[in-house]
Amino acid sequence: MQLELSAEDQAFREEMRTFFTTQVPQSIRDTVANGRELTKEQFVENQRILNAAGLAVPHWPEEWGGRGWSDLRRHLWLEEMQRAYVPAPLAFNANMIGPVIAHFGTSSQKERFLPATANLDIWWSQGFSEPDAGSDLASLRTTAVRDGDHFVVNGQKTWTTLGQHGDWIFTLVRTDPDVKKQAGISMLLIDMTSPGLEVRPIELIDGSHEVNEVWFEDVRVPADLLVGELNGGWTIAKFLLGNERVGVAPVGAIKRALGRAKELAGPLLDDPLTRARVAGLENELLALELTALRVAAHSSEGAPHPASSVLKLKGTELQQAVSELVLDLAGPRALGAADATGSDLPEWARRSAPTYLNLRKASIYGGSNEIQRQIIARTILGL
Amino acid sequence: MDFTYDDEQVALRDAVRGLVRKAYGDFEERRRTTREDPGFSEKLWAQLAEMGLLGLPFSEDDGGVGAGPVEVGIVAHELGRVLAPEPYLASVVLAGGLVAATGTPEQRAELLGALSAGEVLLALAHQEPGSRWAPAASAVTAREEGGSWTLTGVKEPVAHGARADVLVVTAALPDGGTGAFVVAPDADGVTREGYPTYDGGRAARLSLSGTPATPLGEPGADVTDSIAAVLDTARVVAGHEALGAMEVALATTTEYLKNRKQFGVPLNTFQALNFRAADMYVSLELAQSVVHWATMVLATGDGDRSADAAARAGLQVSRAGRHIGQEAIQLHGGIAMTAEYSVGSYTAHLHVLEQLLGDGQHHLAALAGTVADHEVLDPLAAS
Ligand SMILES: Cc1cc2nc3c(=O)[nH]c(=O)nc-3n(C[C@H](O)[C@H](O)[C@H](O)COP(=O)(O)OP(=O)(O)OC[C@H]3O[C@@H](n4cnc5c(N)ncnc54)[C@H](O)[C@@H]3O)c2cc1C
Repeated sequence: MQLELSAEDQAFREEMRTFFTTQVPQSIRDTVANGRELTKEQFVENQRILNAAGLAVPHWPEEWGGRGWSDLRRHLWLEEMQRAYVPAPLAFNANMIGPVIAHFGTSSQKERFLPATANLDIWWSQGFSEPDAGSDLASLRTTAVRDGDHFVVNGQKTWTTLGQHGDWIFTLVRTDPDVKKQAGISMLLIDMTSPGLEVRPIELIDGSHEVNEVWFEDVRVPADLLVGELNGGWTIAKFLLGNERVGVAPVGAIKRALGRAKELAGPLLDDPLTRARVAGLENELLALELTALRVAAHSSEGAPHPASSVLKLKGTELQQAVSELVLDLAGPRALGAADATGSDLPEWARRSAPTYLNLRKASIYGGSNEIQRQIIARTILGL
Repeated sequence: MDFTYDDEQVALRDAVRGLVRKAYGDFEERRRTTREDPGFSEKLWAQLAEMGLLGLPFSEDDGGVGAGPVEVGIVAHELGRVLAPEPYLASVVLAGGLVAATGTPEQRAELLGALSAGEVLLALAHQEPGSRWAPAASAVTAREEGGSWTLTGVKEPVAHGARADVLVVTAALPDGGTGAFVVAPDADGVTREGYPTYDGGRAARLSLSGTPATPLGEPGADVTDSIAAVLDTARVVAGHEALGAMEVALATTTEYLKNRKQFGVPLNTFQALNFRAADMYVSLELAQSVVHWATMVLATGDGDRSADAAARAGLQVSRAGRHIGQEAIQLHGGIAMTAEYSVGSYTAHLHVLEQLLGDGQHHLAALAGTVADHEVLDPLAAS
């Protein structure tokens, strides 16, 4: 056991801090700091800056832009990025489909997609969930039927986050309806400009347009866009969902939000109840951060560490608790509309309720927190 | 002590329930109504006036019906069940309440008569950008010259302030204390900027600059205590509205658990979820007991006891509202994140009620200051 960072790791940390605070445009960092929505252009600009410096996909295989860092360095990288209000590389690209293609893809798929994925030249969407296949993802019904050198896809995906920006969508489709449900699923990469594919917006409770339905009607997909084995999609899905779980509760961002809440609190921080609440949250976050450092929470050999469920469960709870604190600090000022012009109420306060409402999603997606408890009970506790 | 409604009260409840169900039984109707200004149905407002509900708390001499807090609570409960966006709390309970408490007999007859008849919509402009539910005003100041009064400063957020026909404005008096004034929206120096609140309601920024105003009651009189008493009454009434909302949020959730299937079975197959619904029910029952008790305390007319009871009801409802609101979304999963589905709006509205009148932590702080004053709490004791 050792508490301090080594001199090399300390220098690494400084390097990250300097990069993130000087190389990413202030306007992008301000957007994150103020809880506004990033535009597609901002996402892309940010990721290209990171990628040019080798900081977009350091966890990928080195051949494809990875850096071969230790878990500790990866932690420091993410921590410093979030501390500087730099947006993380798009999760669909960097944490989901990139590692999948690197692990399961053919060499021509790797060459075709990985560099463009790292650089956000392609914006990926995640097409897993369906109206009747949420927690029970394996019951999905979107079908892909082989027709010569194509698959023909029919069905509907939903909850597709930022699908309005998507260039390509990675999907789970049913390729064999006659076997146990997990055994008849494949992963297909689909160009979202394909004829027969339609994206329809869903309005969320914070008024945002963040998710979509994606409809497929006789969409023809070249057969070489199958990832891995035919009917081997479930294994890939589990690999991907394990990574998603780890990425979904950003400790650094939550810490940052709590630090900012203290700034915004102003005189309210003199209130002992508020102080007690902040102190309690800080301690829980400390415990979470240390746990993230302690357990090697990343997928190894395709199997996620079961403790990643602890991080997802607790991380999302804390993320929601911090947003609730900010909402309470705003108090009556939260009643101002987020986009009101000429309001005397501060913008952060007017955004606090939409943010709070929006973050209710965190305990639902990425495998709901009930499903995480199930994983802990089953795979860790053997119940 | 008797918690049951008599026949007339049951009849009142059924009548209101029937009326508002016709208007908003279909949640889509509420969405349509709140999308456009003024954010509520003028037709339903007129129907509420016709039924005598807008004049419920006011004396017959003032043009009202002379009913008590129990009846007002019954109305609020029914409005809460359908999230009726009509300004009952803002206009009748808050603005009307302050006119009833401070106005001269002539002012009361004129304003409350017109309010009761549905001819004039009142709004209370009390909250200021920097304050948190304090009964005193400070940012808007009153000046007197030769018997004429003018007001200067900003009030925000003012619930339904943009639509109001008459504004009841509180202001710091030249010699200390807070006065209440009547302001015509078209008077000199008035600017109003309305916007939707995040639950679909309406609020506004009201700016006054040397605006002529008529004192309510005796000119120059400090009405801080009356404001505090009106806020306390409103807290209890809002508690009823919250009970209605929580009741429906829970019922919607249990219905969904019975109908939604995952893993080939309805969700209520999972005891983990049923127990969470059971906990929501426990929260609701406890909140209901405190709110109904507080209503009976209000009816005694004892100010000190009412203030204590209102804080206790406010605290209990805050905790129940957050618990039920958050769990209602969680137990539904993604569907409850959509604007189209009702549950998220119920959660939002429960928060808005707290922000209008004081949140749980505000009440907890007040109550924490009194723990040394009593050995035990006796809800039945007369003071
Ligand atoms: C904002 C948002 C963005 C999303 N983005 C994407 C995306 O980009 N791509 C994508 O594919 N999907 C996305 N999702 C979908 C997300 O993964 C699903 O919402 C999630 O899997 C839950 O499914 P469901 O909503 O159908 O809820 P359900 O599965 O119907 O669950 C309802 C409730 O039952 C509980 N439950 C279910 N099964 C069990 C059980 N066995 N034991 C105990 N409790 C159980 C759940 O935890 C939940 O509380 C997103 C969702 C949201 C809300």
